[in-house]
Amino acid sequence: MNFLPLWRYQNQLIDGAIVTLELTVISAVCGLLIGVAGAVALNGHITPLRWLVRGYIELFRNTPSLIQLFIVFFVLPNFGLKLPAFEAASVALSLYFGAYSVEIIRAGLDSIPRNQVEAGQCLGLSGWQVFRHIVLPPALRNAYPAVTSQFVLLLLGTSLASQVATDELFHVAGFIESRTYRSFEVYAVICVVYFAMAMSFKALFAIIGAAAFRWPRRR
Amino acid sequence: MALVEIRDVHKTFGKVEVLKGVSLDVEEGEIVTIIGRSGSGKSTLLRCINALESVDSGEIRVEGERVHAKMPDLKKFRQRVGIVFQAFNLFPHLKVERNITLAPLLTGRTEKAKARALAEDVLTRVGLADKIDAWPEQLSGGQQQRVAIARCLAMAPHLMLFDEVTSALDPELVGEVLKVMEAMAKQGMTMILVTHEMGFARNVADRIVFMHQGRVWEQGPPAKLFANPETPELASFIASAK
Repeated sequence: MNFLPLWRYQNQLIDGAIVTLELTVISAVCGLLIGVAGAVALNGHITPLRWLVRGYIELFRNTPSLIQLFIVFFVLPNFGLKLPAFEAASVALSLYFGAYSVEIIRAGLDSIPRNQVEAGQCLGLSGWQVFRHIVLPPALRNAYPAVTSQFVLLLLGTSLASQVATDELFHVAGFIESRTYRSFEVYAVICVVYFAMAMSFKALFAIIGAAAFRWPRRR
Repeated sequence: MALVEIRDVHKTFGKVEVLKGVSLDVEEGEIVTIIGRSGSGKSTLLRCINALESVDSGEIRVEGERVHAKMPDLKKFRQRVGIVFQAFNLFPHLKVERNITLAPLLTGRTEKAKARALAEDVLTRVGLADKIDAWPEQLSGGQQQRVAIARCLAMAPHLMLFDEVTSALDPELVGEVLKVMEAMAKQGMTMILVTHEMGFARNVADRIVFMHQGRVWEQGPPAKLFANPETPELASFIASAK
């Protein structure tokens, strides 16, 4: 075992980790927006829209993410949508994360009792105001633990982007391995990096959660 | 013109006809208490008055305006009609102050600089000025219900509806809520209450409405109604409520 040959690649590793983080955060933010919009659509009254969202969820949750990525990167250009590797990976991972987020956030919305909505309506608030100020905050709190664990899965899942040559951590590792032939050492190092990133995010989410959701739980 | 006019209202849930032609007038400043067995349609009637439920036929007018779920100014209408529920329905993620000021701020009734003063004012009226910075979960049931009443008062409603507001409370907490309602009654608020508190109905109400099987079965001033019920149904209800 010899880690020394890896030392000169530390800048590439750091850059790869940054790309991984970028990919994760972009996909998570876009995916969450898809999640909220999709959850609202699923609870809405427009039937074709509900079918569309339902179809989207089933499609993305029951097919390999790698194939989803390949479709965005290799197939969409045939229809005139040609995306660079990083952008293609962001789109594919956003859609993947979004599909899970819809279900998680919908469960959160469903956990808010109907009488909360009525109380808001009876105070003369609009549908949007009731959703934004009364339903959404407690719904997000209820969905938060599931969102954070899904986020970690997304972080680890970004390694798929290496398959379309995005310069993220896993792809960088492959490159270093081909130069040094130190397979075990390289993958051990990035494994530690992934682990550290995942644990850091968990700690960060715990802090954010404690700051954002300060109201006491129901006894 | 009565403040609330209810004319021959029918309402069906699935196959069950809950309201079978209810007519009722409530004058401005009047305290009307609706009593009756569960399933007699009391709560449904109350929910129809502020369009939480829509009526199948007949009509309800409040201040002359016809009430229904699709009325164009439903939001404005609801700002004028406050309702307090059995389960309090405070917003658990907002402190007492924000629970009270959320709707006045969002509907433009008050501005940010005056919001806290408004909350202090209505909380004082329910005797909870010291709880302005508490979370709802930190309050007892009776206190939560008084905050819910204060939240309605902050909208300066013309009419208040109370839907079994003491039914979810421990017996020793009922009194504090009733006291607040009694004070509101004295200040001239028009109130329609559905309640099982016969003592309160007797002492505070101007008129008792006894509902039975989806109809207004009997109504009148409390002294007369409780002493000399005309119908055997009311007589047996009063006997069982004692």
